[in-house]
Amino acid sequence: MKLIKQLFALLAFVPLVAAAAGGAEIPLDKAPVNLSDKASLQRGAKMFVNYCLNCHSASYMRYTRLQDIGLTEEQIKDNLLFASEKPGDTMTVNMSYKDAKVWFGAAPPDLTVIARSRNPDWLYTYLRSFYRDETRPTGWNNTAFDKVGMPHVMASLQGEQVAHFKKVKDHEGAEHEVFDRFELVKPGTVSQAQYDSMVGDLVNYLAWMAEPAKTKRMQTGLLVLAFLGLFFIIAYYLKKEFWKDVH
Amino acid sequence: MNALQKLLGWVDARFPLTATYKAHLSEYYAPKNFNFWYFFGSLALLVLVIQIVTGIFLVMHYKPDGSLNAAGVPVAFASVEYIMRDVDWGWLVRYLHSTGASAFFVVVYLHMFRGMIYGSYRKPRELIWIFGVIIYLVLMAEAFMGYLLPWGQMSYWGAQVIINLFAAVPFIGNDLSLWIRGDFVVGDATLNRFFSFHVIAMPLVLLALVAAHLVALHEVGSNNPDGVEIKKKKGEDGKPLDGIPFHPYYTVKDILGVVVFLIAFSAVVFFAPEMGGYFLEANNFIPADPLKTPAHIAPVWYFTPYYAILRAVPPLLGSQFPGVLLMGVAVLIFFALPWLDRSPVKSIRYRGPIYKWFLAAFVISFIGLGWLGILPATPLYTWIARILSVVYFAFFLLMPWYTKIDKTKPEPERVTG
Amino acid sequence: MSQQEVDRERRKFLVAATAAMGTVGAAAVAWPFVASMLPSARAKAAGAPVEVDISKIEPGAILAVEWRGKPVWVVYRTKEMLDLLGKHDDQLADPLSDMPQQPDYCKNKNRSIKEQYLVAVGICTHLGCSPTYRKEIGAADLGADWPGGFFCPCHGSRFDLAARVFKGVPAPTNLEIPPHNYVSDSLLLVGVDSKVESVGA
Repeated sequence: MKLIKQLFALLAFVPLVAAAAGGAEIPLDKAPVNLSDKASLQRGAKMFVNYCLNCHSASYMRYTRLQDIGLTEEQIKDNLLFASEKPGDTMTVNMSYKDAKVWFGAAPPDLTVIARSRNPDWLYTYLRSFYRDETRPTGWNNTAFDKVGMPHVMASLQGEQVAHFKKVKDHEGAEHEVFDRFELVKPGTVSQAQYDSMVGDLVNYLAWMAEPAKTKRMQTGLLVLAFLGLFFIIAYYLKKEFWKDVH
Repeated sequence: MNALQKLLGWVDARFPLTATYKAHLSEYYAPKNFNFWYFFGSLALLVLVIQIVTGIFLVMHYKPDGSLNAAGVPVAFASVEYIMRDVDWGWLVRYLHSTGASAFFVVVYLHMFRGMIYGSYRKPRELIWIFGVIIYLVLMAEAFMGYLLPWGQMSYWGAQVIINLFAAVPFIGNDLSLWIRGDFVVGDATLNRFFSFHVIAMPLVLLALVAAHLVALHEVGSNNPDGVEIKKKKGEDGKPLDGIPFHPYYTVKDILGVVVFLIAFSAVVFFAPEMGGYFLEANNFIPADPLKTPAHIAPVWYFTPYYAILRAVPPLLGSQFPGVLLMGVAVLIFFALPWLDRSPVKSIRYRGPIYKWFLAAFVISFIGLGWLGILPATPLYTWIARILSVVYFAFFLLMPWYTKIDKTKPEPERVTG
Repeated sequence: MSQQEVDRERRKFLVAATAAMGTVGAAAVAWPFVASMLPSARAKAAGAPVEVDISKIEPGAILAVEWRGKPVWVVYRTKEMLDLLGKHDDQLADPLSDMPQQPDYCKNKNRSIKEQYLVAVGICTHLGCSPTYRKEIGAADLGADWPGGFFCPCHGSRFDLAARVFKGVPAPTNLEIPPHNYVSDSLLLVGVDSKVESVGA
């Protein structure tokens, strides 16, 4: 009983919670997802292994599956695998999830299907929205994910930016602070345009990894629909022919 | 006599094969004026077959295990992703099953609506209707328990909320919900029993009920859009004048219907298996976490009309029981339909304007409640849901009155093409 | 019912066409379901080729590794062991390895790529027990003419040091030689065929 009441109360507060989470109202940038761009997917895979796979696992994703985006088994072995790993292994991390819980408070989530629980546009925006915030333990905050626990692991690439907020009045006259713009205070090793393109590759890869069968699914679907279209024509004339009897 | 005929003769002497074929297909006389609405019975049967076959193959790979694997992911959740990635064509089998669940309800709702507008529940078809409503109830239980199995956040919290509804039952509620879960929270015990019910108990019951539904139908004969009995007008050969043998006429027609349905079904399976988050929710790609409730929990779309009714009812003396009760009544009231309807005619074609207005209001309330059940509850939405709930119940409870006073048109002697 | 002439040919054709489409469709639908029962990517990964370092095997010793869940033996046969191999062909069921129990490149008198190394699946071809390695010649329990080999304790099947089965034992065929090749002198890869067509004769 108590739980139900709590749950109902929770439901009532949903709009408030969503607003407090902060991320919801910033406009999302469109992620350049293109599953047929294999060069981009391969660059993204490399970024994923270099920047994400240290803490986040992709524990349903087998390295061998990267052959679907045009990598050979040799390339996978030479560029992406640690010595102890085999191409048939899944993308796991050495850190145990129990340790991670102790160190980070929450285990870094598995990223295999992250592009299906969080959409690619959000990921693309999030990975480009870290800013300096000394009030946070990591020194980083994010406009897409307020008080995020994850530090900016690609800061050396992007550089450091600070966020500027402005005050706006809502229709009831109350003042709110909303995000205005970023300012780059310390440049990184690549230009902003390059960084965006790199994150684009990474998000493209995440989108692919969330459902590697997607391309095959669509191709199969076209064949199935073509077959059913033909079947429809025959079934239509069959029905018409027999129903000539019925008056 | 060739060998095949001989074999058939041998079988027929021991099993009524030819007799069954004649009774249910080649000499089952169905009214010749079936329209669009009459496709959904055979389609429901098709979806049932799809669900059973895909289910059998999913069980080969799925593991009902709530414990965490080496990577810290619940085994059940990981086994679904295993099906989606590591099993050859596993993604297809899984999408067929997940899309089939929603398709089942689409087809069943339309099938039920057909029964309502043409008075198919009226005498002498009350038992067909009752079997049908039980099928609908079992289907809801089947879908609800199946939804827990992927062990994602929506699976978990959906089950948590629904099971807690039972806690609202006076006196025994808490013990009841504890018994259903087999644990103090939804856990491994719950997952395993739901798995057992979902793959064994419910399908068995469902098959038996579908058989009873069809046997009862073929005993009294099908209704039709005119709501007149074709058996009343028979030719000299003893066959209904307005009847045609189910086979070949309705087999070829249903083949066409099946192909059209499969085109729509495949379009979803292959191009939009998530259906914008209504068939597969984004939150269900996050493993179940008993410590973290998703911001917004809503049941799957086919339950939302009842969920909206549940939320619309204010608590009484600090108890949610009235809401739970009313939600239950909203489903069970379908049983009473044959006895609530006092109209002299069956089909909407010959009913008067009052019935049509009430039916339209009912359809709007059902869809409206379904839509509100998806949205978060706000005070405004809650009030709209309350009004629509009243409309929903008015359709049923006022039926004995308005069907009696309504001005009907005379039914024709024969079906009208 | 029917007043007008029924075009039987047209009906026959349409029924046949529908049946054909239905059959093709059913077969196409059946395939994914059949295929879903094949070894999954996980099973294939677990059954991936196994690398074996053979430099540490002593002459006369055996090393067992696991490949696709089965024991695979690597036996380092000494000169004396190899010399004995040709001397009991008359007691063997398939001395020339005519049965397809080995890749073509191992269809030779030693049933191996490298003369000294025997690589064999250690599962008895009778009922699937794993035989034991009995290299001692003329072992007391195996008879004075025992040339050294493998003995299956389950039902008494006997194999020589080329994993060939003796006559008169329950096992019907020689032990299976798995696909394998040598990546280098000391590294054996079990599970991938050798590019060598046939060695020796």
